[in-house]
Amino acid sequence: MAAKEKVRFPSFLRTIVSLSNRDLKKWYLNPALLVISLIQPIIWLTLFGKAFNLGSLFAGNAGSAILTRIFGTSSYFSFLAIGMLAFITVSTSMMGGMSIVWDRRFGFIDKILSTPVSRAAIIIGKIANSIVRALIQAGVVLIIAVALGMTVSYITLSGLITTFGALFLLSFGMSSLFILLALRSRDWQSQMMIINLLMLPLLFASNAFFPVAEMPSWLQAIANVNPISYAISIGRNAMLGIPTSSSIYLQMGYLGAFAVGMGIISIVLSWKLLKG
Amino acid sequence: MEIIQVKNLSKTFNGKIKAVDRISFDVKEGEIFGFLGPNGAGKTTTIKMLTTLLSPTSGDANINGYSVKKEQAKVRASIGVVPQEYTADEDLTGYSNILLLADMYGIPRSISKQRIIELLEIVELSSSAKRKVSTYSGGMRRRLELAAGLINFPRVLFLDEPTLGLDVQTRTAVWDYIKSLKNKYGMTLFMTTHYLEEADQLCDRIAIIDHGKIIKIGRPEDLKSKLGGDIIQLSVNNPSPELIRLLGKIKGVKDVKKDRNEYRIKAASSETITPKIISALSSHGYKVTRLSMMKPSLDEVYLEYTGRSLKEEDSGFDKIAQNRMIRISGN
Repeated sequence: MAAKEKVRFPSFLRTIVSLSNRDLKKWYLNPALLVISLIQPIIWLTLFGKAFNLGSLFAGNAGSAILTRIFGTSSYFSFLAIGMLAFITVSTSMMGGMSIVWDRRFGFIDKILSTPVSRAAIIIGKIANSIVRALIQAGVVLIIAVALGMTVSYITLSGLITTFGALFLLSFGMSSLFILLALRSRDWQSQMMIINLLMLPLLFASNAFFPVAEMPSWLQAIANVNPISYAISIGRNAMLGIPTSSSIYLQMGYLGAFAVGMGIISIVLSWKLLKG
Repeated sequence: MEIIQVKNLSKTFNGKIKAVDRISFDVKEGEIFGFLGPNGAGKTTTIKMLTTLLSPTSGDANINGYSVKKEQAKVRASIGVVPQEYTADEDLTGYSNILLLADMYGIPRSISKQRIIELLEIVELSSSAKRKVSTYSGGMRRRLELAAGLINFPRVLFLDEPTLGLDVQTRTAVWDYIKSLKNKYGMTLFMTTHYLEEADQLCDRIAIIDHGKIIKIGRPEDLKSKLGGDIIQLSVNNPSPELIRLLGKIKGVKDVKKDRNEYRIKAASSETITPKIISALSSHGYKVTRLSMMKPSLDEVYLEYTGRSLKEEDSGFDKIAQNRMIRISGN
């Protein structure tokens, strides 16, 4: 038999960048998508945050003290704004799995699988795409929140970095989880249903709208394991100076474990699930 | 050299449905090898196993010397795939679609950019390279898939039903593109098809596959000539029972049958025998009113080995073709 020709293999990083850039292109080449995805958190911020005007209900020094005791800040709007940063991060991360459903349906995944690209790169590319989108949108929501009157006196550069670090880990874990769910589903309707089913309960069973300490105990139990609570708690501490119940490092560690755990599970299972 | 070696390859789904049943064959380097068979015969399952998208239940295959079971990454680096569906990303341009694939093969940008321009030129898509794929016609998409399949200069290019759902003109054009790509890059081609003309026109050798088994392998001409030659059909103005005996006596005639008012004559070469038949008949006072000559087509080969005509089984493919059309018009 004739000598085998040299076979070339792609670099891991290069394939991740190309694959996630392919998904990102669809998004930045279509600004309407970006605008539409921002509508929901803005509605929450303006309609809920502003209409639910706790500031006028609890006017005066005594009222302000009550608000501070419950929420850690006298501005409920600011309290909610950090919750909305997590909301947009989670909802965008959940949608990250949708594109994989389309890719499977139209054979794009099969085409990619017939190349020597690493299977893990396909999944990490999808996760990276979700994270980039989620963090950019969270940035836009933050700017809007500030424009609408969020307290800015506590914000520092390191506070911003800490907050977005927490959101990064939250997005990493959530994207991995929903990509894993998407690998199992054959059609986008069922994936959409899962997202709709989980989105609001996940948010309400967290500290996004209301502090965990004031919840009934059964809900506290859920909120205390919900990674969304941790990201929000870190954000509120870093941006609004609201004290946290446990150390920031511990909470970051929890989010990190969630992200790494979900990432590993989805990559390992993808070896099996990506095939026919 | 055998660039594809397949040994007892089988695929069973759900423990009972035998999609591919212990097939074995070799493909020589530079050959165009075709899998001919109806819908559900196991063609796509075979291609998916050879391109490492499905793992075989048993048996193995070597592509470019690498096992599809044990050396999948090396197999993938040696092949190009043009799948049955249109897999290009509609939201990207034709150019970026191929560039993305080039990255997956680890081809440096300095090489791939030049190569894409060259490939797009051959399939005549240069002017639409910077347009979104969603604006492409079905034929353009097929050409894009062809060009994309060659970006890594594969040793073997797999084509699954390359012209499915295309109209006759576009189909012939796609054949020409396949031929010119083959001439330029000299790769081995493995294709599946249920179009007899396609197998006949393009393939050096074909394997007839039915119910997951290979029934016959050979060159299209050999398979056809094994059937016993050409067919001459004629009618005369005054048929008589004696005519069959008379025709049978003519040298070179192998078989004569009467089908209603027509006589069906099998002969090695219709061109040289037809004049003899006409003169023999007229010398006995018969007048030929109608005459037609037919070269055996692969459909008759197919009929001979499977007992069915492939032409009757087209309907299953219409649905796939239709789905594809819906997807295009959906934009």
